[in-house]
Amino acid sequence: MEPLHLHYDVNGNDFTCAGEASGKIKRTLKSLGFSPAIIRNVAIAVYEAEINMVIHAGGGVIDCTIQPDQILVVLKDTGPGIPDIEQAMQEGWSTAPENIRQLGFGAGMGLPNIKKYSDDLKIDSTVGVGTTITITVRNHP
Amino acid sequence: MEARVTEQYYHSVRLDKKKCEGCIHCIQRCPTQAIRVRNGKAIIVAERCIDCGECIRVCPHKAKYAERDGMEELSRFSYTVALPAPSLYGQIANVKDINSLLCALRDIGFDDVFEVSAAAERISSGTKKFLKENTNFPRPVISSACPVICRLISVCFPNLIEHILPLHSPMEEAGRLAREAAMKKTGLPPEKIGVFFITPCPAKVTAIRHPMECETSNLDGALAMNDIYPALVSALKHEEAEEDLQNSGLIGVSWGMTGGEASGILSEDALAVDGIENCMKLLEEIEDEKLHDISFIELNACSGGCVGGVLTAENPFIAKARLQHLRKYLPVAMNRASAEETRTVLTAEKLPEPVPALRLADNLEDAMKKMNRLNALLETFPRLDCGTCGAPTCRALAEDIVRGYTTEQDCIFRIKEELEGAGLGKAAEDLIPPPFRKKKE
Repeated sequence: MEPLHLHYDVNGNDFTCAGEASGKIKRTLKSLGFSPAIIRNVAIAVYEAEINMVIHAGGGVIDCTIQPDQILVVLKDTGPGIPDIEQAMQEGWSTAPENIRQLGFGAGMGLPNIKKYSDDLKIDSTVGVGTTITITVRNHP
Repeated sequence: MEARVTEQYYHSVRLDKKKCEGCIHCIQRCPTQAIRVRNGKAIIVAERCIDCGECIRVCPHKAKYAERDGMEELSRFSYTVALPAPSLYGQIANVKDINSLLCALRDIGFDDVFEVSAAAERISSGTKKFLKENTNFPRPVISSACPVICRLISVCFPNLIEHILPLHSPMEEAGRLAREAAMKKTGLPPEKIGVFFITPCPAKVTAIRHPMECETSNLDGALAMNDIYPALVSALKHEEAEEDLQNSGLIGVSWGMTGGEASGILSEDALAVDGIENCMKLLEEIEDEKLHDISFIELNACSGGCVGGVLTAENPFIAKARLQHLRKYLPVAMNRASAEETRTVLTAEKLPEPVPALRLADNLEDAMKKMNRLNALLETFPRLDCGTCGAPTCRALAEDIVRGYTTEQDCIFRIKEELEGAGLGKAAEDLIPPPFRKKKE
């Protein structure tokens, strides 16, 4: 079975575009007929990660690989990196500036939500180099 | 393409083939991409159509219409009751009060009238009770009143079906109450009584003929507001009416416009949205769990709510202003149903069922193969969404191709490429329409 690849460039300077890639991935999964629970998990996890990419890293690239048994999404940016991943994973921990919080983002629930809605979450981050987040959602038929 | 038009899904929105000129206004306006143009005529794809009536609004040739009942249907019954949607009250200028309008409605050929707004008040109190007693029900709870929204959820957002308020719509509840009252008054059996909804939209016609909330509708038919409008205007008397036919208050009447239903549950965390595009955006947000602290959502497919329905006679903004004026002198509500009555009778028999119209194939592997091909095709299309192929977007054409309904030759750029391949490059450049010609340096 040949997997399905989707690639998106995320513009880091435009909030109105945030959520576009996760929305497209969601629509693709709907057309494929994945179960509502799987679609919701992928949509929410990728949306949160995409927003993080816009808020903190000035954009990046998203690569999604869809297979019947799993959906793998890799979000790669060249932003500031996460100095302390354990701390960043705590609910409510946020480094988002005030202007971002006023928009209703940056409540410190991004990474915890990604973890909650994915079966597997891998974060590779180097300060000053960038962050790569790998989200896996498994499909148990 | 024809194979997709099945009898499984009844629709009141229809095409008059004789009037259709085969233009692309409707295909680009349709919110669910349910229309294609083939051989010079539009085709409505039954499983995708949600009866919103946007194509009726936009068709310059009046080729789209809504199937509905005429006054002659009334003769099938011994006793008839008209059920006006509250949006009717805003249709006519210089109406002294709602009662004079109800008397006029009865006088055009009915034996009695029963206000749908009276049933709406019951639904308002039932909704309030439901929200209070069912804290585990998925939030936000989505109103079940607009049949276009219910159908939209079935087709495009099936995982939100569990959010739909499991109560009857005011129309069905009114149908039941009106028939009961008529049976008591006349002693006639139920089948001798004709209960007719006065509808602002085609979706309610569909909802009666093919209900989503029950097996058989409590209504016998639907008459369009704009059909009865002339008769209603002539029947309107300006002296004091001798009878009082009114049985609803401000809460019920307000259901005719956006915000009426949401304000009727008297809660601050209720939201009202109108316009099909806005509703779709909001449903996406609910799906992605982006909406917090909202317990109830009223969604109206038409701008302005039911006053914006495609079968109304008046501009929705004027109709709304008139409703706001007419409701001013009404009591807040006239609903006298007991708590027990509210609980037991309002529960819907069933919920809308998911419609798998968006799925590319029945199984995941076939769907993935088709999606890979679809994406590859899309890369080769110009992505101008010009509509000349008869599909609303290049993506929709690619989807039709992988579903086996048509071929790449529908794309005008493919024809150009073929001409170029045949050494007719210069001719091809001149043959395609001006918007697609390469700019001459």
